[in-house]
Amino acid sequence: MATKKYPVVWLQGAGCTGCSVSVLNAVSPKFRNLLLDELVPGQQLNLIFHATIMAGQGEPVIEVLKDTEKNRKGGYILIVEGAVPTAENGNYGSIGEKDGRHLTIQQSVEEMGKDALLVIALGTCATFGGIPSARPNPTLCKGVKAIFNEKGIETAVVNIPGCPTHPDWFVGTISAVLFSGVDALELDDLARPKLFYGSLIHENCPRRADFDKGKFAEKLGDPGCLYKLGCKGHYTYADCPLRQWNNGLNWCVKAGSPCLGCVEPEFPDGTSPMYEKITFEELK
Amino acid sequence: MSTKIKIDPITRIEGHLAIEAVIDDGVVKEAKSAGTLFRGFEIILQGRDPRDANRITQRICGVCPTAHATASALCLDDAFGLTDRIPDNGKLLRYLILGANFLQSHILHFYHLAALDYVDAVSAVGDLSPFIPRYEGDYRVSGQANAELVNHYIKALDIRRKCQEMLSIFGGKMPHSIGIVPGGVTEKPTEDKITNFLWRLNEIRDFIDNIYIPDIITVAKVYGDYFTIGKGCRRMIAYGGFDLPTGKLFKPAVVSPDLKPESLVEENITEDVKYSWYADSDSGKNPAEGQTKPQLDKEQAYSFLKSPRYKAQVCELGPLARMVSNYVQRDIKVKELVDSLLGQFDAGVDVLFSVLGRHAARALEAKFVADAMVDWLQDLKPNESCIVENEIPETADGAGLSEAPRGSVGHWISIKDKKIERYQVITPTAWNASPKDDKDQPGAIEQAIIGTKVRDKDNPFELVRIVRAFDPCLACSVHLLDAGANELGVFRVV
Repeated sequence: MATKKYPVVWLQGAGCTGCSVSVLNAVSPKFRNLLLDELVPGQQLNLIFHATIMAGQGEPVIEVLKDTEKNRKGGYILIVEGAVPTAENGNYGSIGEKDGRHLTIQQSVEEMGKDALLVIALGTCATFGGIPSARPNPTLCKGVKAIFNEKGIETAVVNIPGCPTHPDWFVGTISAVLFSGVDALELDDLARPKLFYGSLIHENCPRRADFDKGKFAEKLGDPGCLYKLGCKGHYTYADCPLRQWNNGLNWCVKAGSPCLGCVEPEFPDGTSPMYEKITFEELK
Repeated sequence: MSTKIKIDPITRIEGHLAIEAVIDDGVVKEAKSAGTLFRGFEIILQGRDPRDANRITQRICGVCPTAHATASALCLDDAFGLTDRIPDNGKLLRYLILGANFLQSHILHFYHLAALDYVDAVSAVGDLSPFIPRYEGDYRVSGQANAELVNHYIKALDIRRKCQEMLSIFGGKMPHSIGIVPGGVTEKPTEDKITNFLWRLNEIRDFIDNIYIPDIITVAKVYGDYFTIGKGCRRMIAYGGFDLPTGKLFKPAVVSPDLKPESLVEENITEDVKYSWYADSDSGKNPAEGQTKPQLDKEQAYSFLKSPRYKAQVCELGPLARMVSNYVQRDIKVKELVDSLLGQFDAGVDVLFSVLGRHAARALEAKFVADAMVDWLQDLKPNESCIVENEIPETADGAGLSEAPRGSVGHWISIKDKKIERYQVITPTAWNASPKDDKDQPGAIEQAIIGTKVRDKDNPFELVRIVRAFDPCLACSVHLLDAGANELGVFRVV
């Protein structure tokens, strides 16, 4: 049976490329497998546009976008990394020149989003606005879903936040979609897959026993629960303590840093000062 | 007859960049380098807890976040009065973390950002995205040698991942590590972690010695003309960095085109804005004083980047600048590495100022850093403290100058009422990819392009090879705008 290939268009908006770099850190499958092999039996991704990876540049790669939009309606996956700047008609961010004019991030997300099979908002910038949308939000950055809501674009959006996102969250979500279809994906009320964002950091934290015993770190580098040093793990939904990062070697709290709450829509304004205790009630 | 070549987007770099070149009789007469994304980090930082700058500025760039973590920690150490109190363990861990980031960034740069300009991936893997579309024509490596380079592209994906994993042992996670903070590092070295780190490092060193550097030589042998293409301004700056208990790994200097080093005086750095979307009243000021008032209807402006200059002169930053700086200051190891490479080509130091020179300097620097990291690991004192407590001062100023994979980086802070009043970042790409200055001198990348012979204007390999050899990082550079200037106004899109 022929392999079914899903063209993937990966757009980078107001972001830092950190989510791409994080996906490069995928372990099993490795990034090479994502590029070259069937991800699940009979189905494969085909990365036709990614500004950091692709060989081409200039006009020919903009043609790839035009061709996809015109000829592959409903057949491609759109991944958006980075927020969408909307101030000044989107002119704070351009991904290239199209027909003699700047192709703004906002325009490309809307054009490519409306006819995609599925949109994945990757990382906290693309999902909720993230760092570039932090107070006073100089370029009026927004997440993909907010843009779609405003413009009446109805394509399904799955949010995979994180600053950056974890490679497993991305690969796992894609796998679930290929195996069982997007409708089978169980999402929370923020459109995040419950598979990865289903439990609190605090529930699974190795320092939880310290919290229960009232043993708190008073300064960075101390043992004990990091609650008093601003840990946001008690209202942050992610599986970092179980999965850990970088091939399961370490993660923020294990390395002595309070959780920043980087997968939550309140990040970074609601979750900062980052080293100050902020209760759930104070969050909003 | 002149023709204009516009490449927008320039891909396989970090961020959003466009290049325009005017070609006359096949030779570039004019060049423009323009950043096309603006986020406004300094505005966002205003009014926040100073310690948060260390977390937020990392998010400027996901490829080299650790460089911003380091520069911001040094900047906050300075403002908090901690600089002389950082435990040796803390310094060593900081630079093991930063060193790991250098290795991942350099390996990623050569194999995954630059190599597809030289290596014919399509002949090895077929007509497959993302390897098509591409420029066609000038691929000079063939057969077995080419297939091997393509295999190394794949292998390097694993090695760069392993650099990140090594980093996370002391840095917590990557990208956006959490280990480096004002006062030191949150992790603690234990014997098992040191050994774990060491053996990951040994695998990476093996790759650098036996694959990365030999591959650079393979490419250089068939693309020998690129030792003369992309010469650039030849004036180099390194702020210096990796300030270890045993001294600085990278020596600070400004090196003149005739290879004379002079000491770097921070006050001599100024920023011009004649061709940037900022008010002219601001031009020529030191970053510690400069305001950044956007003026977006400026007729001649074409970039969001300002033009940093040293004594009003154009300078290049990066691995080449650092290697040259250490070389002319007679660093024994760097001299050995550089001379041995030049010996293989029977060439003098002059050829370093070129496309291939920049790639070679980056590879040699990877070896220089990786080998030194072995010593730092051995200097760690297991289980001993890596951090001192900090307290936010009511009012203070601070500066943190360091080295990032792509060149020197500086962070500056002013604290008032325990909050950030002003924060400023100047990155290496801001220097390298800068537009023309007030004296109409083109920026470093622009100068490297001007005068280049372009053989095929439909496949202008020369231009993209020159630009990518600088390893530009646009996310790092186009975040300018001073905290004091909240009004953005309207700008003209070119």
